[in-house]
Amino acid sequence: MSAVKKLLLTNARSVTGNMINVEITESLISGISDHLSEEEINNFSGEVFDCNGKLASPSFIDLHTHLREPGKEDAETVDSGTRAAVAGGFGVISAMPNTSPVADTAGVVEQVFALGKEANRCDLYPIGAVTEGLEGKKLAEILAMAGSKAEVRMFSDDGNCVSDSLLMRRALEYVKIFDGVIAQHAQDPFLTVDAQINEGALSARLGLKGWPAVAEEAIIARDVLLADHVNSRLHICHVSTAGSVEIIRWAKARGIQVSAEVTPHHLLLNQDLLSDFDPIYKVNPPLRAQSDIEALREGLADGTIDVIATDHAPHPMEAKECEFNSAAFGMTGLESAFAIGYQTMVKSKLMTLSALVASMSSKAASIGGYSEYENGLVVNAPASITLIDLNKSWIVDREKTNSKSRNTPYHGLEFEGVITDLLYRGKWVLRDSLVIS
Amino acid sequence: MIFPRHLLSVDDLDFDQSVKILDTASQLAKFSGSSIKKLPTLRGKTVVNLFFEDSTRTRISFEAAAKRLSADVINFSVKGSSVSKGESLKDTALTLGAMGADAVVIRHHFSGAAQRLADAGWISGPVINAGDGTHEHPTQALLDAYTIRSKFGREGEGLSGLQVVIVGDILHSRVARSNVFLLTKLGAEVTLVAPPTLLPVGVENWPVKISYQLDPVLVNADVVMVLRVQKERMVQSFFPTEREYSRHYGMNAHRLQLLPMDSILLHPGPMNRGLEIDAIAADSSRSMIVSQVTNGVQIRMAVLYLLLSSQQAVGAVGEEV
Repeated sequence: MSAVKKLLLTNARSVTGNMINVEITESLISGISDHLSEEEINNFSGEVFDCNGKLASPSFIDLHTHLREPGKEDAETVDSGTRAAVAGGFGVISAMPNTSPVADTAGVVEQVFALGKEANRCDLYPIGAVTEGLEGKKLAEILAMAGSKAEVRMFSDDGNCVSDSLLMRRALEYVKIFDGVIAQHAQDPFLTVDAQINEGALSARLGLKGWPAVAEEAIIARDVLLADHVNSRLHICHVSTAGSVEIIRWAKARGIQVSAEVTPHHLLLNQDLLSDFDPIYKVNPPLRAQSDIEALREGLADGTIDVIATDHAPHPMEAKECEFNSAAFGMTGLESAFAIGYQTMVKSKLMTLSALVASMSSKAASIGGYSEYENGLVVNAPASITLIDLNKSWIVDREKTNSKSRNTPYHGLEFEGVITDLLYRGKWVLRDSLVIS
Repeated sequence: MIFPRHLLSVDDLDFDQSVKILDTASQLAKFSGSSIKKLPTLRGKTVVNLFFEDSTRTRISFEAAAKRLSADVINFSVKGSSVSKGESLKDTALTLGAMGADAVVIRHHFSGAAQRLADAGWISGPVINAGDGTHEHPTQALLDAYTIRSKFGREGEGLSGLQVVIVGDILHSRVARSNVFLLTKLGAEVTLVAPPTLLPVGVENWPVKISYQLDPVLVNADVVMVLRVQKERMVQSFFPTEREYSRHYGMNAHRLQLLPMDSILLHPGPMNRGLEIDAIAADSSRSMIVSQVTNGVQIRMAVLYLLLSSQQAVGAVGEEV
């Protein structure tokens, strides 16, 4: 038998600013202390890693990742997607089911789950489809997916909206069996046929079909009322409008069990970027107006929006090197998520660093049912820790991404906060910003 | 005067450049009346008409314009389904670039396709937008402005103070968008008339007046521009029936009577006679619809000449080179 593996992280800065030392035994955190004497460090019976004052954050948790495997491996695989994830500081990602075949059976979710285990650099939890083939017509075998090895707790038809009110009601009721949650892509399909960009002054001028805010807000309003009626849990994917924030704020005040996510791109990017028809900025829901961006930031700051989720959506070059209407929706986001959250929320003094980190870790754990991560960096929690150098900045270079795809809208932009190292359940998977193979 | 590299939108042109195009077209018109219609100005240049959407009228207008300037013309029609056209735009553009196109005139069913072609770096020469989706059709607006000025204005001038009514499917009209922003730039006052279903959300930001009624705005109109209404819009609930549309928004004999003495009637064509315009209006003495076609060739000659001569040395109009 090999000896017990121990690791000591020294000189780390906690999210609240004090210096900490974190002791790890095998895959768990076994101790956290404010101060260790030189003697205690010298006598430590394992590897000692000096964090040099870097931030030690609980590793991030993404509730909304597109990995494209199985089916579209030219865009992303579980291997490449988990590389991008750990490079972005994520120790847990949640794979959306819009693969080919769709993750709507126990077989497919177990396959994706097994691929995650094989990659073995972060947790990968599949999200199951709500309806068969994401077609919005018939419930998928939700209980079979929940009972599979993947233990699916979150279900979504993401990319498509569960638009049928009765089917949405049934889904919300059904997941109560195992305290699951339905993650809704809120988009009224009738109001958004062929929709390309936010409906308003810009869509009018460019002659692009508008995607009106009301198409999102109407579904959210309906769904919070349904969740209230059947007393179930609802999660709203990628909230993008000021009106949606207001509806969710109202619902939470009423005690409705609703949670919500916002993407980094909706926190940062303004629709005016679309005025040259560059499909790199084409995303669903679309980039909105500055007033929406501000409402989203406020909503995240006051807790109306619970978490930042990436909606990392890799696409091959040809899906963006074309006319705007022909281009695919979506942008990559795993590697830049923290930096954008830091710039838009912490540097702007809307949120504390600690609150930002919670919105990218413990709060996401509660929504996704990843309970071992619910309390952040505490003794007996998994030793999944992200080290971040907040004093360094970096320039996004799409050629240097770990993702298989290069459809980042941030190419050439400079951000503060470099993810340098990631410990995943006691094992280094990222060192000096390089993914360990 | 320096001209933009490409003509993708009327926003690419300022007032002076717009007027210069109209003036150049006027000068070219003098040649078109003579027995020798052809000028040697673009001899040795190749202009490609790249059409992803059928439009015989626009294509032959550009073709005639290029040929009268002695350019070689290649017509390239890309047929196919509307799905995954992406690769073909890029590959087609690379092909044209490799063949040495000096200018590409592009017509496409998707908004922004002309700008994609100009921005993506697939070809080097000027790109002229001959209509992209529901975005813009700048040479149509220029020929409309030219037609209006030929009636009411003078060379060197804009369209200051003229009242222009544009009636029809504004929402889906590239002609409306280009005209709104060009005619107002030139000083005209534009009123859009349509049912609210055929006006884009966001139109309140345009420098225009809006009316849901046609009759009250006709009494002050110098120009009435009637837009084509596609019959399938009815199925999509933009309006209930052709009859109802025609009754409220169609240009007909009765409404001609409401117009001031001098006012003129324009239509970008092709017309749906009996829907947005009836035969009496279309064929009336106020109608300048046939002149629009003639003027289209001269405007496109002016655009090709001015854009290509901004690129490199090209002989001035009327000079032997």
